[in-house]
Amino acid sequence: MSNLQFLIILLLSPLLQGIIRKMKAYAQGRVGPGVLQPYQDLARLFRKDMVISETASWVFHATPFIVFLSALAATLMVPVITANAPVLAIGDIIALLYTLALGRFFLVLAGLDAGTAFGGEGSSREATVAILVEPMMMLAIFTAAVAGGSTKLSVISRSMHFFDSPAHVLAFAAFFVALVADTGRIPVDNPDTHLELTMIHEGMVLEYSGRYLALLEWAHYMKQMLLFTIAVDLFFPFGIAGGAAQSVIFYAVKMLVLAAAMAWVESSRAKLRFFQLPSLLGGAFVLSLLSLITFVMLGR
Amino acid sequence: MISLAFFICGAVFFAITPKKGLLHYLYLLYAAGAGLAAFSFARALYDLGSPGAAPTLAFALHISPALAVSFRGGPLQDFFGLLLSVAAFAASVYSSGYMKDNAAPRFQGIFYGLFILSMGAVFLSGDALSFLISWEAMSLVSYFLVISDTESEAAQNAGLTYATMTHIGTAFIIGAFMLAFAATGSLDFAGMAAGLAGKSMALKSAIFILSFIGFGMKAGIVPLHIWLPKAHPAAPSNVSALMSGVMIKAGVYGVMLMSLYVLGGPGAHYATWWGIVVLATGAASSVLGVLYALMEKDLKRLLAYSSVENVGIIFLGTGAALVFYSFGQTALAGLALAAALYHAMNHAMFKGLLFLGSGSVMHGVHSKNLEEMGGLLKRMPYTGLFFLMGSVSICALPPFNGFVSEWLTFQSLILGSVTPPAYSKVVTLLGGAALALTGALAAAAFVKAFGVAFLGMPRGPKAREAREAGFPMTASLGFLAAMCLILGVEPGLLLRLISAMPFAGLAQMGSAAPFHSPLTVAGGFSGFWPAAIFASMLTGLLAIIVLAGVFGRRRKITYADSWDCGIKALTPRMQYTATAFTKPLRVIFKTLYMPRKEVRISFKQKPLFVSGITYRSDITPFMENYLYKPLTAFVGKVALKIRHLQSGSLPLYLGYIMLTLIGLLLVWA
Repeated sequence: MSNLQFLIILLLSPLLQGIIRKMKAYAQGRVGPGVLQPYQDLARLFRKDMVISETASWVFHATPFIVFLSALAATLMVPVITANAPVLAIGDIIALLYTLALGRFFLVLAGLDAGTAFGGEGSSREATVAILVEPMMMLAIFTAAVAGGSTKLSVISRSMHFFDSPAHVLAFAAFFVALVADTGRIPVDNPDTHLELTMIHEGMVLEYSGRYLALLEWAHYMKQMLLFTIAVDLFFPFGIAGGAAQSVIFYAVKMLVLAAAMAWVESSRAKLRFFQLPSLLGGAFVLSLLSLITFVMLGR
Repeated sequence: MISLAFFICGAVFFAITPKKGLLHYLYLLYAAGAGLAAFSFARALYDLGSPGAAPTLAFALHISPALAVSFRGGPLQDFFGLLLSVAAFAASVYSSGYMKDNAAPRFQGIFYGLFILSMGAVFLSGDALSFLISWEAMSLVSYFLVISDTESEAAQNAGLTYATMTHIGTAFIIGAFMLAFAATGSLDFAGMAAGLAGKSMALKSAIFILSFIGFGMKAGIVPLHIWLPKAHPAAPSNVSALMSGVMIKAGVYGVMLMSLYVLGGPGAHYATWWGIVVLATGAASSVLGVLYALMEKDLKRLLAYSSVENVGIIFLGTGAALVFYSFGQTALAGLALAAALYHAMNHAMFKGLLFLGSGSVMHGVHSKNLEEMGGLLKRMPYTGLFFLMGSVSICALPPFNGFVSEWLTFQSLILGSVTPPAYSKVVTLLGGAALALTGALAAAAFVKAFGVAFLGMPRGPKAREAREAGFPMTASLGFLAAMCLILGVEPGLLLRLISAMPFAGLAQMGSAAPFHSPLTVAGGFSGFWPAAIFASMLTGLLAIIVLAGVFGRRRKITYADSWDCGIKALTPRMQYTATAFTKPLRVIFKTLYMPRKEVRISFKQKPLFVSGITYRSDITPFMENYLYKPLTAFVGKVALKIRHLQSGSLPLYLGYIMLTLIGLLLVWA
């Protein structure tokens, strides 16, 4: 049964997206669409015909599948609600991040495939953000891995029950910034815009429509929930080693809290100008570096 | 031995075949020789564990009791021999097509064969003398190959820089060998290892540093790398593939030979700072190498800079291994060493693939400039597919081979946290951070290379008329791409060969990855299962296809113009260029790149009617301007001063000789 945990992320990730949107709407004083709206969006996209650029090559056709499958393979590597039962050990946290990077690699390529300036712009910016985010995320994970004595997520989450050392606080702060950047949210990217000056993710997928777009959007939701899950596995693992009912409740509460935090950040900040991003992300990089050094020096 | 015969036949036939049109077929002789050699090396490594296994090659010519020219196979030697022969096999098959239209001069064929032979001789040398002879032969032959392709001044300059740098490196290597010889009285590597076992740490450190600088020069570590991005691209592509894929590994081999074998005899102690130096150099090389690769729009120079990066990654693993050995943590050292060796093999595969691929691209487009390419995937489908596979491998993305070795390197660097002192913990973990940064930068560099060259619209007439390369060329690319996938999905294959080596801690790497099961390291510290990741993706794909077949109805796909905001005139000039793609990084890392921009506007009528705008943008080559220019200027100045000594009069020169003699006699007495 524990090997089927990935189904939770596969099936419920659109719901999480709906919840974040709803919370954001509340925070901004709107009613907003229902929490099930992302499912309806996906279903609608799956039913539509597609328009594809004549310039595009087979890479453009392959990308939605590769992005979706890499996100799916990555979900196989996380303990979602329980770390007790033996989880199908096909990868540790590093394998997970690089599997996600495979999807990103192809998404960035697809942005260049249609030969438009929008796609190129989105790709160029995505690659830049990835360069700033990935090392910082990796460093934050190093801290957790060194503390937990393994790079396996299930071992890390079982080994830590409390969130009590300065190194962890710093690492989580860095990881949270990475989370904002990697899920394409304000202040790094704006998920709701189609304005060429601001878009990153939307720029890359601009040429996509119909089923391909549905696969890409679904993969994006999955990646978001996956990263949330990693965050709670690494930094707030309490409850994950308990009984099934307890684990489910804890997991749901933790997801809601993170979703609320995202909605709050998105509603209370303005999007940063692209070239101001290095100061935000670079700052977070320093935090993660400090967390690692603090850990080595203090030993906890 | 048979493979040796093939090479000699090949070289001789190149010299005597009368018809020039048939010359390119002779490369197949080299391919046959390399293929046979690959089998014998692989067999030798595979048999290592079993008793009574014969060495691949044992040959010694005694000149005097102390002096012999000897060539011997051994575990480390066979591993690098395998790396060489697999890469040489692919490159030779490729050459039989590549050289067909390239009106190849006769001597290029001869030197090509000699180049492979001399590299083999370097790897198999059993003593310092034969090593130096082979090393010089390798350097000189490759120098002639670098300057053989064009008569352009740039290529000649590249050759000159290469020859100068490589000889400075050789001087350091000779220094290291002489120190070792003075201390042990033996030129044989085995004799040196035995003799050095009880010697002082200061002597060993001196030997280590000299050999690290000398071999590092060949490997292309920062800041000794400046010849590499000039020389590798100047050579014909089949030779570039061997230079980047194999020859820089000769530097890696040298560092490993000296540090692990010669200095690492039985009961040897390592100083921790050796490992730290190697690790820090590796980190600097990997990050700086890829940062410069990102800025290149010359496809082959981009690949050459990426070689600097990959050598850096190999040295991250090697350095970590030395650090672990210095603390006696042999199991972890074995892990780090396995990572370095695995990456060395991987890099030979994917860099060979990418350089050969760039040769096919140049063959089709007649340009190395990325800004003149575009849309090649539709015109060169096979080359494009294999180049993409190579790019994915080099960016360390699963399920390809680059990921396996980078994963192993990551593990060994994270496990650096179990070394006792705080400084080695911090340095190894920072090495891990450098590797993470390198990974993200490499992805951007190769997205740029592949995306700009193969995707989008053709950026010029040359790209529009590009043709697919011939069968031998695509076939050899396909072979290397398949190797990348196989080594990525089934790491047990190579780890088994690596674990046969007699270095402490390596033996357990064999059981780390039994076939068709997860790869586990450091007693379950971590693990992953490459085959399962690949299989889960395939299963997922199958599921999507089945679901779409059952539930989906056929939807219409309309092919139309890309979105152009309604102007109906999207031209290739509006696409993102290679330069534009990396613009944000030039802004972010401007302290390092020091970008220069020059905009010139000419007017018909100031200030409103513009007749033309020229835009130039480039980056300052930091090392060249701030390290090498002052250095060469200084050497020139000193040389000018010294010139006064040379008056041209014979009696004065005789006087110098007498003074030297008296000085020496005084020292001796």
